[in-house]
Amino acid sequence: MSEQFSVRKYLRDVPLPFCTGCGSLTVMNQFLRAVHELGHEDLSRFVFCSGIGCAAWIPSPHFMADSVHTLHGRSIPVATGIKLLRPDLRVVVFGGDGDIVGIGLSHFIHAARRNLDVLVIMVNNMVYGMTGGQVAPTTPFKSKTTTTPYGSFEYPLDAAKLAVTAGAVYVARWTTANPKELKESIKKALKTQGFRFVEAVSQCPTAFGRRVGFRNAGEMLKWFKETAVPLERAEKMSEDDLADKIVVGEFIRKQRPTLIETLHKTIEEAQEKHDED
Amino acid sequence: MKLVKAGTYFWQGNEACAEAAIMAGCRFFAGYPITPASEIAEHLSKRLPEVGGIAIQMEDELASIGAVVGASWTGNKAMTATSGPGFSLMQETIGYAFITETPCFIVDVQRLGPSTGQATKCGQGDVMQARWGTHGDYSAIVLSPNSVQEMFELTIKAFNLSEKYRTPVILLADEIIAHMREQATVPPIENIEMITRKQPKPDEKAFFGSEEIPPMPAVGEGFSVVVTGSTHNEYGIRFTADPIAHRQLIERINGKVQRHADEIAEVETYNIDNCKIGIVSFGCTSRAVYEAVETAETKGLKVGYVRLKTMWPFPEKAVKQLAETARKIIVPEMNLKQIFFEVQRVAKCSTEVMPLNKIGGGELISPEEIFEKISESARL
Repeated sequence: MSEQFSVRKYLRDVPLPFCTGCGSLTVMNQFLRAVHELGHEDLSRFVFCSGIGCAAWIPSPHFMADSVHTLHGRSIPVATGIKLLRPDLRVVVFGGDGDIVGIGLSHFIHAARRNLDVLVIMVNNMVYGMTGGQVAPTTPFKSKTTTTPYGSFEYPLDAAKLAVTAGAVYVARWTTANPKELKESIKKALKTQGFRFVEAVSQCPTAFGRRVGFRNAGEMLKWFKETAVPLERAEKMSEDDLADKIVVGEFIRKQRPTLIETLHKTIEEAQEKHDED
Repeated sequence: MKLVKAGTYFWQGNEACAEAAIMAGCRFFAGYPITPASEIAEHLSKRLPEVGGIAIQMEDELASIGAVVGASWTGNKAMTATSGPGFSLMQETIGYAFITETPCFIVDVQRLGPSTGQATKCGQGDVMQARWGTHGDYSAIVLSPNSVQEMFELTIKAFNLSEKYRTPVILLADEIIAHMREQATVPPIENIEMITRKQPKPDEKAFFGSEEIPPMPAVGEGFSVVVTGSTHNEYGIRFTADPIAHRQLIERINGKVQRHADEIAEVETYNIDNCKIGIVSFGCTSRAVYEAVETAETKGLKVGYVRLKTMWPFPEKAVKQLAETARKIIVPEMNLKQIFFEVQRVAKCSTEVMPLNKIGGGELISPEEIFEKISESARL
């Protein structure tokens, strides 16, 4: 793209907290580029919700917008309250893997089930980065972390597949090594109604990469490029072959009535009935 | 938009609470089923859609209180209702509501704990949880009704205090008051005081501390408000290492309640200037006190009482006044001395404070048991 553009117009003038090489910066950048390309001059029609974790810092306090930085795992419930009463606003949740599918997993599933009109962007760095690199529900099998010094003995959760099963209408996963695809998926998600989930597999060189053999962010991006398998190809591969791969692509794109639609229809009917009585 | 009309109703306590909430302007409820509070959710699920509001059953109590906080930031009055176990689950977000100064209304219909305990039976064991349930320093506003009428009145009062002081307010009901049915009178709406939060002026930017109770914007109104549970400055920006920033914020959010404690504290008193024996009680237990005092008076005993309608901030003034007159103070409560020590703290050494506790099976402390304690104290 030849157009000169700086994401700064969407940002507050406060220093960013991210470590050198952190993938959250890529996600932040791509999100704001998506917003720009969709023609939003500012973020005044958005509300951002986030929980606790490095990724929760993407919107708060950096975006020049309304943002509610909630407790660990509780961004989706708070987003629910906001969206139900202000359906005209675009509600976007940012969170890490621990926040969204660890401590907050139940809310994630139920929001997808309800088809709550929010976009959840999950930065999956496969570890609890902010607290120093403990094992996460997304940590690859056998990975060394500070709480699995002998290697993780648990299998990771596939959040994108779970979102599809729970009822999300748009689900995509990319890595920070595919920034363009990530941006395009965010754009599609922003134009869709209902529960949308974009997972960005992201590098944490500080708390994860260095413990599993990567010397810097560049090496981790190279790893993403080598292990990323497009969904179409993955469908033809065996489970064993996919064990250490990252499946990327659009997992689902569909339509079904959103929570706002079904709820407001119910309320209208109740009011009509009440007026008749 | 149909609110309940002025008049006399035969209501269950939980129903009175729900109708009062609607009258106070509450338009959002999120909750999770739990005995003995479920009727509030059921009633609001029927009634809120009729008045253009929203009621939603969430996946758990963590989500319920979270949705209430979100709803409050849209500029609406919002509430949840629960009992002990659910109240425990909500505590972290209640702390979040305190530090972010989010007005919201939480009903805790007490049952017998800890844990599942005797889930359908009455208890008064959440007194300290209502005050100190979340971590850190904060000052809770907690009200305690003792009739269906007060389930109505104190619900409206709770919303008003919450909006006025920009803080969560808890209605500490109990199973007996919440499940009891009796007469309640609804005054004409124009006779009911209604308070709504202070709105910021269009160019205002400090929503967290330029004044004792800062104005509160809603999301989507162009204020670009930053809400965070981390220590923050008056603009909502995180200050997670600065000792001054933390002291200023926490001292202000405590001070805005503590400084107005006398104004918030509401009590019912009887004969406190002219009694030998005093009683301090609250909730369902206080109903037995009325009868016990009547009996004592027929025997020529001079008894007075303070009935706590506000539990927290603790109504020190009234209790102190009672302690100055009474030689002994009896504190009947359906827990193991939760408010007793508070009375003792305020009474200091001037008056002997005597506990009267009973737990189990939802058995009330009877008027006879209270009278017996009065007679015993009179003999001592």
